[in-house]
Amino acid sequence: MRVLLIEDDQTVRNFVAKGLSEAGHLVEQAADGKQGLALACQDKFDVIILDRMLPGGVEGLHILETLRREGNLTPVLLLSALADVDEKVAGLKAGGDDYVSKPFSFSELQARLEALVRRNRNEAQPLTKLTVGDLEIDLLSRSVRRGGQKIDLQPREFRLLEFLMRHTGQVVTRTMLLEGVWDYHFDPQTNVIDVHISRLRQKIDKPFEHALVHTVRNAGYMLQE
Amino acid sequence: MNKAQRLVQTNFRKVRIQSVSLRFGLVYSALFISSAVMFLSFVWWGTIGLLDQRVRHSIALDAHALLTEWTREGILGLENLISNRLAQDIDDNAIYLLSAPDGKLLAGNLAHWPVRLDPALSWQTLPVLRDGQLNLAQVRIWTLQGDYHLLIGRDISERTQIQRMLTDAMLWTCLMVGLLAVGGGWIVRTLFRRIIHSINRTTLAITQGDMSRRIPVSGTGDELDDVALTINQMLDRITRLMDGVKQVSNSIAHDLRTPIARARAELEDASSSATSEQALRAAIDQAVINLDNVTGICEALLRIAQIEAGTRRSAFAIFDLATTLRDIAELYEAVADDHDLKLQTDLPAHLPFWGDQAMFQQALANILDNAIKFSPPHGSISLSAWILPSTTAHEREQAGTIRITVVDCGIGMNEADLARAAERFFRAERARHTPGSGLGLALVQAIVELHGGTLRLSHNNPGLAVTIDVPAIHDFHD
Repeated sequence: MRVLLIEDDQTVRNFVAKGLSEAGHLVEQAADGKQGLALACQDKFDVIILDRMLPGGVEGLHILETLRREGNLTPVLLLSALADVDEKVAGLKAGGDDYVSKPFSFSELQARLEALVRRNRNEAQPLTKLTVGDLEIDLLSRSVRRGGQKIDLQPREFRLLEFLMRHTGQVVTRTMLLEGVWDYHFDPQTNVIDVHISRLRQKIDKPFEHALVHTVRNAGYMLQE
Repeated sequence: MNKAQRLVQTNFRKVRIQSVSLRFGLVYSALFISSAVMFLSFVWWGTIGLLDQRVRHSIALDAHALLTEWTREGILGLENLISNRLAQDIDDNAIYLLSAPDGKLLAGNLAHWPVRLDPALSWQTLPVLRDGQLNLAQVRIWTLQGDYHLLIGRDISERTQIQRMLTDAMLWTCLMVGLLAVGGGWIVRTLFRRIIHSINRTTLAITQGDMSRRIPVSGTGDELDDVALTINQMLDRITRLMDGVKQVSNSIAHDLRTPIARARAELEDASSSATSEQALRAAIDQAVINLDNVTGICEALLRIAQIEAGTRRSAFAIFDLATTLRDIAELYEAVADDHDLKLQTDLPAHLPFWGDQAMFQQALANILDNAIKFSPPHGSISLSAWILPSTTAHEREQAGTIRITVVDCGIGMNEADLARAAERFFRAERARHTPGSGLGLALVQAIVELHGGTLRLSHNNPGLAVTIDVPAIHDFHD
């Protein structure tokens, strides 16, 4: 996918650009707000990574508001050292699609970027069924089957599985799960998510030959055939 | 206005502004003197007016009697009556004079017509020579038929005496009042200055860094004591806050240094002695974890500070606390299960509450995290919430209090730790080896206080009981 990266700090910019290029994405870089806004208006991107505090008089939120005013709906991920709840709310209100606060781990950023682009593509058709390999869930009857065998899941387990299946083949981080499945926006001390994933595995992976839920080291989890 | 005048005026203003106590004293004196002068003036004018009126009245009565006699008995009768009256004048203040058309004096006690008599005026006050004495007199002249002239008057030297006495009294009183006013003003000013100076001295000392100083309290319980007490309380609070800040900055320095030092050591060690790429990566990963830890501490500190500042009320809304607690319990039930612990809940169907839901989730998560972390296997943790029955009338007016308790059978805390557990970075001796930053309960405390509630830790023998009391709101399901 084509990514526009607007970030003034060179170390962070190189780090992100290098990581994304290695993951096979095309990255355009801009070091200040003016250049960033010009690039964003000229070209079509799949996603924009936008720093909030930028030199050159054009601030991140200003770029975002300008784009949205002109009807440009490219998903925007805000990347900022302003980690406040209020700042996040302000960023999302201005039209941002996701918010990652600095310092961040690259895997978190990448996972969120991919989820953002995927969400943008999928939004058109509402799904009633999700299938990965021999695992199948019905979103209407809220039933789960694997290899023709019915699996009973608690409501929360079902939502966890649904979230993983909607992001099939993508890394989802623990924070993404906590936000997406439980709607919690804090960092628990204990491995809450790991415990819930392990419970889910007991039900959908254990009785079967090969596992679908994979652990991605230093990043999170991935559902894959 | 010329330059000199302006200079005088500005100087005058400067003097007035420079000393509030002096101004106070001056205003006090001015008020005192002006009220005394006003009072005495009333007395003066009242007395003099009354005396004047009586003199005129008596002259008018005399005139009536004499004129009646004249119409009845003629000039001779009038002469006789005047002589009689003079003979009977005990007070020796009556003045009569009757003259014939040719100017010859017929009766009376004056040797000649008064020098300064103005024939055009009826009533007049003028000096009159009588028995060799020149005294002030009030007189009136009547011209009778046949060009006879009659003068009736009263010696008012007595009135003059009273007038003088009153004037003297007034002057003396003014002098006394003036002295008293200045003295009183000075005393008031001194009192005023003493208070101001004691406050001033104390605050000055504090400005210069001596936070132990307090304003002396006289113990009489008057308004000045109230001010002194309030200022002292304010100083106590500032001192407490400053101590808190000092302690927190010390802790920050220490608790941030530790993971930074660790990361640094690992990186340096790896840089100099790692033999394989794998070892290098492991060291770097470990350093990243340590740095994440630093970030976590910074974020938690900022969050606590922000909540304590009381500015995070933007997200306040009405929500059902019971549902929130059930959800959190559901999240942690799996974790408890994983640790061979049983998480029991006892929650009502609804608990309407006004607050920040995300904050309460975080607070409960922190408490449950702790309970799970410090409980041995096969124990149990219970989360309950209920509305306390109101006991006083005041409470009944309010919607009551919601009590949330989390009770575990873990290692608990000793008395000293219980008191300090909610301090930032405090970690009990027995908890040192477990992971954590020592900020969890501090955050809970800040959140509960923001919601106008209290956090209490107590023994559960064994284990710890965490009790949160927060004000409830009236049921929105009604």
